[in-house]
Amino acid sequence: MTSTLPEKVDPPDTAAAVPGELVVVMAHVKKSFETNHVLQDLSLELHKGENLVVLGRSGSGKSVLIKCLVGLEELDEGQVNILGQDVASLPNAELLLLRRRIGFLFQSSALYDSMTVRENLEFPLRRQPGKRTAAELEALVREALQNVGLEEAMERLPSELSGGMRKRLGLARTLILKPEIMLYDEPTTGLDAITSKEISKLILDVQWIYHTSSIIITHDIDCARRTANRIIVLQDGRCTAQGSFEELASAADPWTRSFFE
Amino acid sequence: MEASPAPATDSTGPTPVPAALRPDSWFKSFFLETASLARFTGRFFKEALLPPYEFEELLKQAFLIGYKSLPLVAITGFIIGLVLTIQSRPTLVRFGAISWLPAMVAVSLVREIGPVVTAIIFAGKAGSGIGAELASMNVSEQIDAMQVSGTNPFNFLVVSRVLAATVMLPVLVVFADALGLFGTFVGVNLQGDVSARLFVTQVFESLEFKDLLPALAKTFVFGWAVGVISCYKGFHSNSGTEGVGKATNSAVVFSIFMVLSLIWWPCS
Repeated sequence: MTSTLPEKVDPPDTAAAVPGELVVVMAHVKKSFETNHVLQDLSLELHKGENLVVLGRSGSGKSVLIKCLVGLEELDEGQVNILGQDVASLPNAELLLLRRRIGFLFQSSALYDSMTVRENLEFPLRRQPGKRTAAELEALVREALQNVGLEEAMERLPSELSGGMRKRLGLARTLILKPEIMLYDEPTTGLDAITSKEISKLILDVQWIYHTSSIIITHDIDCARRTANRIIVLQDGRCTAQGSFEELASAADPWTRSFFE
Repeated sequence: MEASPAPATDSTGPTPVPAALRPDSWFKSFFLETASLARFTGRFFKEALLPPYEFEELLKQAFLIGYKSLPLVAITGFIIGLVLTIQSRPTLVRFGAISWLPAMVAVSLVREIGPVVTAIIFAGKAGSGIGAELASMNVSEQIDAMQVSGTNPFNFLVVSRVLAATVMLPVLVVFADALGLFGTFVGVNLQGDVSARLFVTQVFESLEFKDLLPALAKTFVFGWAVGVISCYKGFHSNSGTEGVGKATNSAVVFSIFMVLSLIWWPCS
């Protein structure tokens, strides 16, 4: 797949360091499911324009972390502040408005099975404030599909798409709302090496073109190397290390280093 | 003297009753489930009254729930009318009351059998469909995806389906009653000779609005109950394919249970 994002300047192959204001602050968050303590006093920060990769073994609480960020899981303790708003204290209507500024790519892509590709993309658009004409919707959908190289699949059902195409469609559906923050849950899981590389490139394209700040949950080291400005390592619901890819790859702690070997 | 061997004993004592089967646990989960369903119902009324209104989805669901259930409901209505007529005939013949056959079957059909049987068929057809669809959407994170895109999934998925079920069941009952009366006409003529004009006269002389209207009013409640319970079961399904199966199954079982409980609703 060749990305056809509508910019004259080619995006870089690796993420550029972009320190900026804080857009996500997670402070001393705890989350348990009965006796299973998934997140234990976890704190993290995301800067504007930054790609933060969260690495960890399966079951280390990575997916729960981003679900807590958007209020899909309630916190037991701690605080999550996104774009200056305390997520836990927001009423439902305001939480829905905040979520429109956040994109979420699910591990399974979470496409609406009963809708075509076009309807999947129109769905969030139709529920945004302000009336759009059919021509405007068509143009936005076409542009979003072009951005991820899927314009030929507009009238197909999600069940007719391959794994990589489903990921790209999930990404297009997220980007169509022009989010300020992107959350990727295992974006390359279940994909072959070439498609994984394409998705990693697409994540960089999104950061470059849309100026998004992203949290990327993964255990794919190649994806982490390509996309990360900064990496944190999660172990048993705690952040045990953080730094650049190179710093963590040569860390003193053998457990942290084992991810990169 | 050699000591006799001690009788074999189970060091762990009697086998403990699994937690899910203990009466205290059963009562606890029953009340928790009831409270959760009550909250869900309360939320339905709140969300149904507040914008945004998903008219397009409501129409789509009305088509899917109503139109797609029509063939099954129509066949069931026809068969019930036919069988009821054939089975009632010998008894009425014995008492010399054969001329009452169309009227008797018509009143039974319109007052009780039509609404209840149609509601049970509806619970099986539409209730299972709603439960399975919402449960699989839950399992595949589609409901979460709606939430994170700033859409209220309760409004879009639950309110539209419950309203569609509430509106469409009475329509289906009218069809079932009409086909049931046609089945009665066929049944009467299998062993006799009653003209269509005479049949219609006999049926409508015996039927009054007080037979039809309370029965129809009741079907709105049946439809609403099937919709709420099926949506609740689907919306709160556990993860995994097993959760989808359980949600579908319990959506049908509890919907039928609720329909049978509501037979005694005051309109009866």
